[in-house]
Amino acid sequence: MWQFFHKLGSPKWFYGIANRFMPWLFWLGLALLLGGLVWGLAFAPKDYLQGNSYRIIFIHVPSAFLAQSVYVMMAVAGVVTLVWRMKLADLFVKAAAPVGAVLTFLALFTGAVWGKPTWGTWWIWDARLTSMLILLFLYLGVVFLGSAISDEKSSARAVAVLVLVGVVNIPIIKYSVEWWNTLHQPATFKLTEKPSMPAEMWVPLLLSVLGLYLLFGWLACLRMQTEILIRERRTRWVKDFVSTGGH
Amino acid sequence: MTARQPGVALVTAQVGTASAMWTVVRRDLKSSFRQRQDLLNPLLFFFMVVTLFPLGVSPEVSFLQRSGSGILWVAALLATLLSLDHLFRHDFDDGTLEQMVLQPQPLFLLVLAKTLAHWLVTGLPLILLAPVLGIMLHLEGNSIAVLCLTLLIGTPVLSLIGAIGAALTLGLRAGGVLLSLLIIPLYIPVLIFGTGTVAAAADGTPVGGYLALMAAFLVLAITLAPFAAAAALRISLSNS
Repeated sequence: MWQFFHKLGSPKWFYGIANRFMPWLFWLGLALLLGGLVWGLAFAPKDYLQGNSYRIIFIHVPSAFLAQSVYVMMAVAGVVTLVWRMKLADLFVKAAAPVGAVLTFLALFTGAVWGKPTWGTWWIWDARLTSMLILLFLYLGVVFLGSAISDEKSSARAVAVLVLVGVVNIPIIKYSVEWWNTLHQPATFKLTEKPSMPAEMWVPLLLSVLGLYLLFGWLACLRMQTEILIRERRTRWVKDFVSTGGH
Repeated sequence: MTARQPGVALVTAQVGTASAMWTVVRRDLKSSFRQRQDLLNPLLFFFMVVTLFPLGVSPEVSFLQRSGSGILWVAALLATLLSLDHLFRHDFDDGTLEQMVLQPQPLFLLVLAKTLAHWLVTGLPLILLAPVLGIMLHLEGNSIAVLCLTLLIGTPVLSLIGAIGAALTLGLRAGGVLLSLLIIPLYIPVLIFGTGTVAAAADGTPVGGYLALMAAFLVLAITLAPFAAAAALRISLSNS
């Protein structure tokens, strides 16, 4: 157990292990996401009220879901950075933040596209929408602060502090639809209850959520690997690795 | 001489935390009052931002009555943001901050003291000026009273959260712009509840719940923000 924990501190070890499971993450994620999307967009039944326009949830819900949980993952990694000074945790935060920002933007954009035919407006200053917008700003703040500080260690710790301060927003987003009377509907999935949709709708949705999770894992690993090569470019193993053409 | 040396060391070690905090507050107040320009800038900025709204949007009484509290809150928020750069900058430039980090007293309490001094010279004057601007924006007496109360609870939260951002961006070249990007998202909840309280008061609904929530923000900020700001200060100092 402890050996594993110590190994986690080594970027070189991570580089090797990531190579082994990244193909799995990628192909499984792609298959699940494509399967979920094709099923959801082409074969799932029409909504009796919204017709076909509801189908955007197969993109909207996975990206919104992931936008929030990526931030939580970053916060956990931030604690690890501050407590154990683990390089990998910081690599993860730096790798995940831009992806999180894109996912948040995607969630807001698809929400707006869906809102126009359904609510009759692109945007409304509703608690859920506003708190997602704040999340986007938080992600951008993390990205910009990280790139503004040139020293690697200081940058890691400063970003970790910022991520942890911003984590107060996550419960606000999560519960905004329950605390306030918002136009946005309550959560689609809950651990404790059966979804209110028929199985032909929620199964493909669940598939695309899982697929996007796996693909995010793949992308995060890839970005971390790239960053590892950049940061460790002066070490022997990276030089050997590059000179042998990556084998 | 050599006999006195341990005695001197003993005296400095005995400076209590409370008196160290008091010293920091007094020193910061004194140095702000010696640079009156810095003291007046946020106030003038507050006044000018408020002036822009009747001129830029609409001078109608009904519009101003409806949005006056929001305008005042946004202006107070921006004025606080503008003043945050001074919170640690001078002490950082002349090395005082490094000495503070080396003190035996806990850094987060000294940061709390510095934030208190900052609020006394920026937040408090804004609250004192707010009723005048409220009258100019045709707010009713009751709304003005509630507005001042929300500012009284809310502006310390703004200063405390701002201290984190100021500490994180200390010594960075693009510090000012980055500071707004980092801090404004965290200010939004305070703004929402601050203006929500005044709106509720104007509608004649009870404001107790809103005020309790804002007080909860304040308690949370007082207890947690100094720790984050102190951690950020150590990071920024190790960086330079």
